[in-house]
Amino acid sequence: MRNPQLNRHGELQHLLTLDGLPREVIISILDHATPFTEVAEREVKKLPLLRGKSIFNLFFENSTRTRTTFEIAAKRLTADVVTLNVSTSSTSKGESLLDTIDNLCAMNADMFVVRHSASGAPVLIAQHLQATGRDHIHVINAGDGRHAHPTQGLLDMYTIRHYKRDFSQLSIAIVGDVLHSRVARSQIAALTTLGVPDLRVIAPKTLLPSAVEKMGVRTFSDMREGLRGVDVVMMLRLQNERMAGALLPTPQEYYKVWGLTPEKLSRAKPDAIVMHPGPINRGIEIDSAVVDGDQAVILPQVTFGIAVRMAVMCMLAGQ
Amino acid sequence: MQLPDAETLCRQLAEQIHSNLQPNTALIGIRTGGEWLARRLHALLGLRQPLGVIDVSFYRDDYGARGLHANPQRTKIPFPIENTPVILVDDVLYTGRTTRAALNEIFDFGRPACIELAVLVDRGGRELPIAARYCAHTLPEPLPASQSLRLEQTENGNLTLRLIHA
Repeated sequence: MRNPQLNRHGELQHLLTLDGLPREVIISILDHATPFTEVAEREVKKLPLLRGKSIFNLFFENSTRTRTTFEIAAKRLTADVVTLNVSTSSTSKGESLLDTIDNLCAMNADMFVVRHSASGAPVLIAQHLQATGRDHIHVINAGDGRHAHPTQGLLDMYTIRHYKRDFSQLSIAIVGDVLHSRVARSQIAALTTLGVPDLRVIAPKTLLPSAVEKMGVRTFSDMREGLRGVDVVMMLRLQNERMAGALLPTPQEYYKVWGLTPEKLSRAKPDAIVMHPGPINRGIEIDSAVVDGDQAVILPQVTFGIAVRMAVMCMLAGQ
Repeated sequence: MQLPDAETLCRQLAEQIHSNLQPNTALIGIRTGGEWLARRLHALLGLRQPLGVIDVSFYRDDYGARGLHANPQRTKIPFPIENTPVILVDDVLYTGRTTRAALNEIFDFGRPACIELAVLVDRGGRELPIAARYCAHTLPEPLPASQSLRLEQTENGNLTLRLIHA
């Protein structure tokens, strides 16, 4: 079966997940993002590539950074962008997801950027568009449930390539709440595709998905051991809002065992970089001294995220 | 058709530009042929302003039809555009659409004092009201659309013109 994200020419039609996305497509997105990083330095921070296109940001779940960076990316490409928050939209009056989509299609939408708490919602929309013969409309998954967050995964790959160049030489550790993290799933998919030889996951046993080793990673429950000699530390946010039942002791205890402190970070290579998708919980999964330290590249991640999202939007709309 | 020697044309173009130079004139070459040419002119004219390079992929009017297939490079304009006299450099002037795209992009960096256009060869076939102030060679007859004329750079850095029949 054809990858539902690619059209019959093997070009990107929708961006739904990094799982199964061919290596050359991932590399091509990263390559396209590079010239977009320079736009922010111009007097007029705009390119006319998506002039006249209508992009709908559909956020059925809260997000500030992702929503804002998608909005900025669309605006820097001169698209008309409309952001809908669920709390103020008609879904709170009982309209179904696909009825909402049909209504926005009737307003001549060219692209949907979708954030949803249910895994698979963006896939459902893409299938609906295909089934109703609207192949010219594109869908970008901006994070769905526990499933995927592909643009976050891509901006992380961009950041790693920016600082470390060659994926085939790297030791990388993903630390924290892997169980609830769509970010971790997207990161693991991309890092595996890009050929990272040493990929580790460091987490409490209760926050590890049951079959995580099948994803091609080594698991560690001792943070100091897991961080030994790594080039990149990818922290995850502790997702309090998804925490049902007693998976963890107190936040203070979590910090003591799993929080990234300068002392624990010293086990990694001296030039290791520290990443975090945000929002950061200072003093829970990461120490303030690390966030504000020289090894953190958390704010560059945000900046690169705009360029990567611009590249994805252009590659979809340019087909 | 006998094509003129690109190296000779390059020197002639530098002479044409030389008499009109202002102290702060800057060159911007359009990737990739125009960049090679601009690099040569920049050295021949001994300009003080660093060389600018522009990739117009993002400003092309056929983007909707062609998409982002080629790999666009960074645009680098390493001097303040504001109030600077600019000479835009391209290898071959054809429809004028590339020039139009470059003009739009330059104005997104600021307001130059003026922009002039310098090209090695004018092949005819304009689709926009654009003309070159400096032009080393104009073909006697416009080339048919099926043919492509482009500048190439050999390994030792020499410039040559090549005609390609589609």
